[in-house]
Amino acid sequence: MKYLLPLFLFIALAVFLAIGLNLNPREIPSPLIDKPAPAFNLPILATPEQRLSQADFKGKVWLLNVWASWCVSCREEHPLLIELAKQNKVILVGLNYKDEVQAANAWLSKHGNPYNVSVMDADGRTGIDYGVYGVPETFVIDKRGVVRYKHTGPVQPGDLEKVFLPWIQQLEAEST
Amino acid sequence: MKFLYALMLSLLVYQAHAEIEYRDFKQPEQEQAYQTLISELRCLVCQNQTIADSNADLAKDLRRQVYEMLQQGKSRQDIVDFMTDRYGDFVMYKPALKLKTMLLWLGPVLFLVIGLATVWVLRSKTAVIDEPLSKEQQAKLDSILDKGDDA
Repeated sequence: MKYLLPLFLFIALAVFLAIGLNLNPREIPSPLIDKPAPAFNLPILATPEQRLSQADFKGKVWLLNVWASWCVSCREEHPLLIELAKQNKVILVGLNYKDEVQAANAWLSKHGNPYNVSVMDADGRTGIDYGVYGVPETFVIDKRGVVRYKHTGPVQPGDLEKVFLPWIQQLEAEST
Repeated sequence: MKFLYALMLSLLVYQAHAEIEYRDFKQPEQEQAYQTLISELRCLVCQNQTIADSNADLAKDLRRQVYEMLQQGKSRQDIVDFMTDRYGDFVMYKPALKLKTMLLWLGPVLFLVIGLATVWVLRSKTAVIDEPLSKEQQAKLDSILDKGDDA
């Protein structure tokens, strides 16, 4: 027993270190979960003379995807967003974060536009309100306008089926 | 040549402008509060830097946010609350003393106590050797010593 103690200590330490190594330090829990989606009132990318606010989606389940033409990993998740848009199950709103109108429009026409609508957050203030620190980020917002889930970083293959579609299904079933 | 020299100098001036942000403060206390705050807030893009150290875009935006809030007369606590509401406790370099962060704060003390306890237990075990020998043991020792080394 006396000789086994160091072994047990070693195993305990190894387990803790293994857990630590497998945690993603970039994954910071969002304090916004279960809080109302922060307010915004931003010009629409396609028609900048019109504005859109989070309140316009009351009663609907929607995704807010933070993207930018300068964001390299946005390209990675883009095909998946296009796929999601084809299924037509949820409103996909783009938050065009710290971008230029021309660059953003060019990016959409080159790679395809999965968004029902994109709004422009040119100076990044709405981004701060949403606690954005690594584009792309995706928020799942329910019919009452409450943030229910946040995904940081590009949406990975399989995430749609395993994470987003179940969330959408669950939130669609909720009453307003 | 003179023109080239002037051009080079102007390039240097441009660089200096790009690096330093000029902030205008009405009171020195406000500037002090600004400097303290930006050296306590974490840049979430480059996680081991404060927003004062970082040149990341987000750090610039957060510095601007801190500056503007101070200009609006917001208190230090207002700004800390604003940041933690959006980015969570992680945004503070020095974590708040909460139930959730207790282990973080008390961990080192806990380990010190465990270490001291271990030392104390080990010491009290070895102390047994210092006890005087019993009569039998002493007799045995004497007989061994009498026989000498060659035994």
